[in-house]
Amino acid sequence: MSGLLTRRRLIATGITAAVGASGLAAAARIAKRYGLIPPDHSGIYGVGNTLTYASQRILTANHSRAREFSRSEISTIAPVNGGPPESEEYERLGSDTFRDWRLTVDGLVARPTTFSLSELRRFPQRSQITAHACEEGWSFIAQWTGVPLSTVLDYVGIAPAARFVVLVPFDQYWDSIDMADAAHPQTLLAYGMNGTDLPADHGAPLRIRVERQLGYKSIKYLKRLTVVDSLEHVRNGLGSLSPDIGYSWYAGI
Amino acid sequence: MWTPPVSVHTADAPAHSAFVRLTHWITTASVAALIISGIAILIAHPRLYWGETGTVGAPSLIDLPLPFVLTGQTGWGRHLHFLAAWMLVVTGAAYLTYGIVVGHFVRDVLPSRADLSRESIASSVSTHTRFEIGRDQNVATYNVVQRLTYCLVIFVLFPLMIWTGLAMAPAVTSVAPIVVTTFGGHQSARTIHFVVAFALVVFIVVHVVMVCVTGFGRRMRAMTVGGRSRSTDI
Repeated sequence: MSGLLTRRRLIATGITAAVGASGLAAAARIAKRYGLIPPDHSGIYGVGNTLTYASQRILTANHSRAREFSRSEISTIAPVNGGPPESEEYERLGSDTFRDWRLTVDGLVARPTTFSLSELRRFPQRSQITAHACEEGWSFIAQWTGVPLSTVLDYVGIAPAARFVVLVPFDQYWDSIDMADAAHPQTLLAYGMNGTDLPADHGAPLRIRVERQLGYKSIKYLKRLTVVDSLEHVRNGLGSLSPDIGYSWYAGI
Repeated sequence: MWTPPVSVHTADAPAHSAFVRLTHWITTASVAALIISGIAILIAHPRLYWGETGTVGAPSLIDLPLPFVLTGQTGWGRHLHFLAAWMLVVTGAAYLTYGIVVGHFVRDVLPSRADLSRESIASSVSTHTRFEIGRDQNVATYNVVQRLTYCLVIFVLFPLMIWTGLAMAPAVTSVAPIVVTTFGGHQSARTIHFVVAFALVVFIVVHVVMVCVTGFGRRMRAMTVGGRSRSTDI
């Protein structure tokens, strides 16, 4: 009796495993087709990265909005990690209130364009009060003002093959975001913070705000945005400096 | 060497089903990884706050007597934490389904109405506090203190860990803000995450001590190869 039960259980376990394995293979094919595989999907930790990215992309598919706060909730202390870039180019541009600074937008776009700060300010602007949560554990609330990235992308005209926007700053912390975040209404190219120009420590003259991810994804000191169809041949092929130093490309956690 | 007393229990079935044994050890591995990586994440900023925000310089709720350890700690910590969290969630979901469908919760975990009488609880508690449980080997089922503890762990502590974990995910709270507003904010959720984790660590310590006190070998066999709680292992 008990032997029979064991055999039946063994067969059931075998069938479950087989169904599970083929289900996984099918899921992987579908995930690849719908862009649910992050660039840092390989290795053992890649399993966790992929599960998180895929499930959250499905969950947030309807352009879910990050929480916004009231003016009274703005934090009095807004810490940063590290200071402004120590590049000669950045210091030269900064000494002249970034008058000669330009943002280059290129790659898979109809009209590659460079924008000055005043040109970016001429786009319809958006302000939002959101939380900045650092992966270390601290967080603060601030108001960010800028132009939605989607407005700028519409202006330059992105190609249908566009899948990612590569963010290139003056320092080494380059990154990239997918089109779900690039087209998101709260994803800003921010030039203002708490009613003033973006302070040097917070990314002057221009940073991105990616509100549905942890703070490290909101890259500071931008100088170039490149629209690409794949991250495979961009620098380390992992979409960001983050995986090189132990962090996930996707930080929706 | 301490040998477990003779058991007179003669039940035919293994003490734990294969499914319970499997999920127990996957959960054990996941929780071990979560605790280690959780500490690595915590020491990047060993301060806990209440409300929505919190930083160095802002008033804190708890300043843990730990150093701030930044470089190279939270990177692998986060990777391992989220991988292990997925293992735990998937295993936990399977276990919950099994527990409901097979009747494992009703039979083995939930206390009966009679168990919940004041006398029954008082007697079970006094047995535990006098460390007499080790001598009571001929019991095939969990007593009321065990049942209440497992209920707390399975239905309160683990769900709270997952919930407060999700409350710290900006992508998740963009879809369902209530996940975090229930706790009063991002930093409150982080603090509760830590406090509940601490409660789970206390549970694990007591759990392991009880296993040792009541017969380590026999209990380990029951939870691994599925040894029967019969008197075969005097």
